[in-house]
Amino acid sequence: MLIFSAVVLSAPIWLDPLGANYPDLLQKFAIFGIFAVGYNILFGLTGYLSFGHATFLGIGSYTAVWSFKLLTMNIVPAVILAMIVSGVFALVIGFLSLRRSGIYFSILTLAFAQMAYSLAYSVLTPITNGETGLQLSQQDPRVLDSMAGIVATEGLPSTNLFGTLIKSQDGYFGFYVAAVMLIIAFYVSLKIFRSPFGMKLRAIKSNQTRMKYTGFNTRPYLLTAFVISGMYAGLAGGLLASIDPLAGAERMQWTASGEVVLMTILGGVGTLIGPMLGAIIIKYFENIFSALNTNELHKIFDFMPEGLENFMVTVVTPFVGEGWHLTLGAVFMIVVIFLPGGIMQGLRQLFGFIMRIFGMGRSSTPAVDAVSKGEA
Amino acid sequence: MSIILDITGVNKTFGGLHALSDVNLKIEEGETHAIIGPNGAGKSTLLNCCIGRLIPDNGSVTFNAQNMIGMKPHDINHAGMVRIFQTPEIFPDLSLLQNVMIPALAKRDGTFKFNPFKSLAGEKAILEEAHATLADFELDKFHDQLAGSISRGDKRRLELAMGIIQHPKLLLLDEPTAGMARHDTNRTIDLLKSERMSHMTKVIIEHDMHVVFSLADRISVLVRGHIITTGTPEEIKNDPKVKEAYLGESEDE
Repeated sequence: MLIFSAVVLSAPIWLDPLGANYPDLLQKFAIFGIFAVGYNILFGLTGYLSFGHATFLGIGSYTAVWSFKLLTMNIVPAVILAMIVSGVFALVIGFLSLRRSGIYFSILTLAFAQMAYSLAYSVLTPITNGETGLQLSQQDPRVLDSMAGIVATEGLPSTNLFGTLIKSQDGYFGFYVAAVMLIIAFYVSLKIFRSPFGMKLRAIKSNQTRMKYTGFNTRPYLLTAFVISGMYAGLAGGLLASIDPLAGAERMQWTASGEVVLMTILGGVGTLIGPMLGAIIIKYFENIFSALNTNELHKIFDFMPEGLENFMVTVVTPFVGEGWHLTLGAVFMIVVIFLPGGIMQGLRQLFGFIMRIFGMGRSSTPAVDAVSKGEA
Repeated sequence: MSIILDITGVNKTFGGLHALSDVNLKIEEGETHAIIGPNGAGKSTLLNCCIGRLIPDNGSVTFNAQNMIGMKPHDINHAGMVRIFQTPEIFPDLSLLQNVMIPALAKRDGTFKFNPFKSLAGEKAILEEAHATLADFELDKFHDQLAGSISRGDKRRLELAMGIIQHPKLLLLDEPTAGMARHDTNRTIDLLKSERMSHMTKVIIEHDMHVVFSLADRISVLVRGHIITTGTPEEIKNDPKVKEAYLGESEDE
């Protein structure tokens, strides 16, 4: 756990050589890490594949922005409210969706997500401000702030944590807030994974019929897991709004729900750290690969002879810039085909391989129980 | 002897098929009661009606003076009736130890308990009981293996251990030795006759006459949804009706 905290907090240092050391991206790593860690509590432990978790991300963002508008620019109430409201929505959607399992459950969550998305775009415009997205304005009441005598005089007010602006220190403060939340979120998830409650969730994934005849009412267990993961998504949504106080319906689109599924599978379903790695990788691809263009490629392959350089640039071009999805798709396919356990499985195999080379440890392959043995 | 399970006038039809017609069966406390009968006689249907998997069309199932019909499977489990399935129903993705911890936790926690911050490693009493139970069933040596990776015979003994750790008032066993080699069958018979299990009330569905006659105190014969007779093993052996309906046919088995 200490190692984990250290690694997260020092991210600006070790991500620097990868070209990922700018606060905007670091914040995204941490926030989507929270989202994926929460999603893994549902998908990784119970095996219930939800295709609608972006709904809770969106609801969290809307709630946070409303809190900025009506209450205060401090992010604490915003984030807490975001978690509560998404939790309530998760309770309702989960209660209805969990009447079915397997593919029917997935379809139900997808249907709810699309409903929420369409509502946010059309009927609920007074609450969501439709296409434009929900924004702050100087005239917002901000009841708590005005009671404290803080009035925005010029321009839009900025989000803060008890007075310290989230944007301060070039945005690194925002990253550290998100990073601390990630560490807390990870710790809670670790506790759940290692609790009797977590083991029961895994037993439901393994054989739900047996669970019922063993004396467990499985539905409340599933619903609790669903609500917890919904609250994680709400937290992530609230943090997104804290960093950039703007909430749009596109955050709830099904592609966003699909993204968290990809993150979890890419990193390793049911492992503790895997989903977070997946989140980082996907966000990295999205931000770094999509920014590359032909000129930069020429720079990268500069050391090669002219002909080869041009050839390499031609080959690589379709995979960067607009085509970054192509790279992601290829990586995803390779992982799913060769490492069904995700990147975590790959790392474990690599680790085992290194151990064998140096003659440490036995060469036996133990029954891999990655989740309870803990990698952190 | 008091009656622990009382099945009265139970009927169950699937479409036009009368799977059970007017079945009456009384299980006494402490006995081992075998139900035998040819394939398709309705033996598994009868068990399913007891544990809430199926709801009988009419009739009553009373367990420990409590009506069982319409109760959910998890509530029936907590009432003290535990079923062992014909195809082993275990948790293949969990370790053997976790497989027996789950039912022990069910016994302690009830149908639902939310304790996400409790450490599994801190559940000393449950861990101890799980290890002891695995040891009784000679499974402790691979307690950290995944249950999906052990042999079929071991899986069936694991499921038995999962049932026993709950200290059921009545254990329903659906063909506990089906598909087992003779050696494994004898091991299971010894287990069922062991100190820990011999006084437990059991209902056993079984095809293997060797198993039935070495375990049962009383035997009921179910043929085409009817219980044609109930009696001690001696009585059943010499009953001409049984010979005609069942034992005669089963000689080729």
